[in-house]
Amino acid sequence: MFRYLLHKLALIVPTIFGISLAAFAFVRLLPGDPILAMAGERGVSPERYAELIERFGFNRPYVVQYYEYIVRVLGGDFGISLSTKRPVFGEFMTLFPATLELALVAMIIAILIGIPAGIFAAVKRGSWFDQATMGVALTGYSMPIFWWGLLLIIFFSGYLGWTPVSGRIGLQFFFKPVTGFMLIDSLLSGRPGAFWSALSHLILPSIVLATIPLAVIARQTRSAMLEVLGEDYVRTARAKGLSPRRVIGLHAFRNALIPVITTIGLQVGTLMAGAILTETIFSWPGIGKWMIDAIGKRDYAVVQSGLLIIALIVMAVNLVVDVLYAVINPRIRVQ
Amino acid sequence: MKTKLTFAAALLAATVMGGMANAKQLVYCSEASPAGFDPSPWSGGNDFDASSRTIYSRLVEFDHGKTTISPGLAESWTVSDDGKEYTFKLRKGVKFQTTDWFTPTRELTAEDVKFSFERQWKKESPWYSYLAGTGWEYFAGMGFPDLLKEIVVVDDHTVKFVLNKPEVAFLPDLGMDFASIVSKEYADQLEKAGTLPQFSQKPVGTGPYQFVDYQVDAVIRYQAWDGYFGGRQKIDDLIFAITPDAAVRAQKLKAGECDIMSYPAPADIAGLKADTNLNVAEQEGLNVGYMAYNTTVAPFDKVEVRKALNMAVNKQAIIDAVYQGAGQVAVNPIPPTMWSYNKNIKDDPYDPEGAKKMLADAGVKDLSMKIWAMPVSRPYNPGAQRVAEMIQADYAKVGVKAEIVSYEWTEYRERGKAKDRDGAFQLGWTGDNGDPDNFLFLLGCSAIGQSNYAIWCNKEFEDLLQAGKATTDVAKRTEIYEKAQEVFKREAPWLTIAHSKVFMPMNKKVVGFAMDPLGIHRFDGVDVTE
Repeated sequence: MFRYLLHKLALIVPTIFGISLAAFAFVRLLPGDPILAMAGERGVSPERYAELIERFGFNRPYVVQYYEYIVRVLGGDFGISLSTKRPVFGEFMTLFPATLELALVAMIIAILIGIPAGIFAAVKRGSWFDQATMGVALTGYSMPIFWWGLLLIIFFSGYLGWTPVSGRIGLQFFFKPVTGFMLIDSLLSGRPGAFWSALSHLILPSIVLATIPLAVIARQTRSAMLEVLGEDYVRTARAKGLSPRRVIGLHAFRNALIPVITTIGLQVGTLMAGAILTETIFSWPGIGKWMIDAIGKRDYAVVQSGLLIIALIVMAVNLVVDVLYAVINPRIRVQ
Repeated sequence: MKTKLTFAAALLAATVMGGMANAKQLVYCSEASPAGFDPSPWSGGNDFDASSRTIYSRLVEFDHGKTTISPGLAESWTVSDDGKEYTFKLRKGVKFQTTDWFTPTRELTAEDVKFSFERQWKKESPWYSYLAGTGWEYFAGMGFPDLLKEIVVVDDHTVKFVLNKPEVAFLPDLGMDFASIVSKEYADQLEKAGTLPQFSQKPVGTGPYQFVDYQVDAVIRYQAWDGYFGGRQKIDDLIFAITPDAAVRAQKLKAGECDIMSYPAPADIAGLKADTNLNVAEQEGLNVGYMAYNTTVAPFDKVEVRKALNMAVNKQAIIDAVYQGAGQVAVNPIPPTMWSYNKNIKDDPYDPEGAKKMLADAGVKDLSMKIWAMPVSRPYNPGAQRVAEMIQADYAKVGVKAEIVSYEWTEYRERGKAKDRDGAFQLGWTGDNGDPDNFLFLLGCSAIGQSNYAIWCNKEFEDLLQAGKATTDVAKRTEIYEKAQEVFKREAPWLTIAHSKVFMPMNKKVVGFAMDPLGIHRFDGVDVTE
């Protein structure tokens, strides 16, 4: 197990370097220029432009810029945002809990609904439930997030008035964040109603963010279950006279779970991508909206370091998934 | 005894609760997060709304909803005969805000004024570079590094600005956001503690509201500053709820989650107007959307060709389709709300037949050209691509073939400056300080390579521009600028497209909010009725 983990970790190091290089190159390959973006319509005189380029060091060879960037990152310095002039890592840490909270709740929704729906669809293959579930999943998978979010806001917040339109908590609740997770902080604040306010603000954005992973998980569970249900050992289990519940729950599901867990791990990337749009619609102060703003402003420091930190997190999650995998399926450990 | 105490506690609680219930709150759904709370390093309207207009004040202030100026921190001023020395008498007893992070020991003095400008100007000051890579873009963009010679502290309440040359717009410039006055005492304290960046994160000013808290990308909280020299505000708690999507802002306003919002999407305006709980204030924007010909490249170097192309375009159709009626056809390069606007100038008529004839007379046959379309939506031009398509269709009717090109936004502006740029370039301008020169300078000879996309340098126009800057006499300047607009129209370096309207939807209980021609959102003097 230890060697397995070491092997996985060894693979991560070159990947991180690859990503850092890609992130560094990506923001520079985009058309546009951070200094002109800052200057706006007013423009900037050639002398001033030269002075600013010099000050930021953007006129030096890319190799030198990249080298210095890597050296700084290895020393734990992710740079300073060009637009807000605050340390990138500090901004990330301020905003990340909001994204994490939203993503976790979305993931829980996706798993709690997606897996049972997939199992049920597989067991009742070809039934109206199966067809309806897969139809809905396909629709969910193809849903444009921006439009979907706005639609939910207009219906549930505008027309019915059941949920708040946007934000993380009602404005009447003002307390200093402790953990950065609003559900926890609202409880810690001891203010009556704060928790419910935070929860009600989470409902729509987490549904929107959960939509695509839910669809993917449901479809993956269904196909994995179908495959396993056709296996000999399932037939054997049935022939032994085990109850259908035991056959499906114990024999089939545990084996079907492996590809499903892989899928869930991969959905972390999808969640990060979905967070960009979801956070923008729901004015959710997380890293998705932060990245979008930074790309718009060609904020090199935020984009390159932000992408790197996000990649590190996604890789860490995938590592955990790999370990889980090995726990569930001992054969993988041996290989 | 215990009963008494309980009773007292209950009474206290009731008072506090009662006080809370009576606290007046105004929630503004703003469009973007501020980069920081120092009023000078940044140039976005949302940065100014959140810092300079709430927390700070200036020597002079723009009147509510107007472009004229009144005394602010300066109660009076004198200008020397040569126009190079401005001496300001400061208001006495102006208090800087007392906050959890700073307790002032003195009132505003001339030292604060000197410091406020020199930190953006003198490179040796540690404050010049206290935020990594700050360029003080506005200070530089308004030409202050070349304009200022020195700032002299005459006494505690008198400060003198010595200029290198006369500058007529100097007073309105001092009303701009970057010219907000900050506390030198606070800066000194932070310098001693070695915590300079706090200056922009925990601001201290002399303005109507004091900063309370900022939750990044989510909420900014202010409260009325009790010691404000202009009198305490009626709103106790001012809250900015940062909501980047315009459609979501509209939903929040309708749902009562905010009281007032900025920049509605054109598509939402009808729905907001129909809501009986809301008012939608509107005003002519201090802006112009235009299309600049490259006047140095044939055949656009000929006036007749430019005129003919102007005549080929049905501008009213553009206003109806793209601006959805929220705008008016532009005749002059300055908007009609600006002083010195020349009402007597007639626009080039929409006349495709006449245009065709003029082109033929000028010897132009089978012209094919480019129309540049901005990749972004701006108040002065909400849909440049659509505008380009409509112009393309109009041009086709007079036998001109046009190809539409567009690039990424900064790339677009860079390519547009190229001396050999092909074709006509769409852009626009929103005023900074309400002075006509702040629009007409776009067409000056010295703006070539920066903001003069027509690459147009006309001696007669340039002389008028310089003459207008050399005198402070408004009547004389009006005459000069009226003449300059005539020259502009005769020479036609631009197709003037539109001046757009700006809208500000708000709950009916919000009173005293004045739409600002400079696009600022000010909450001093605003109240909510129950």
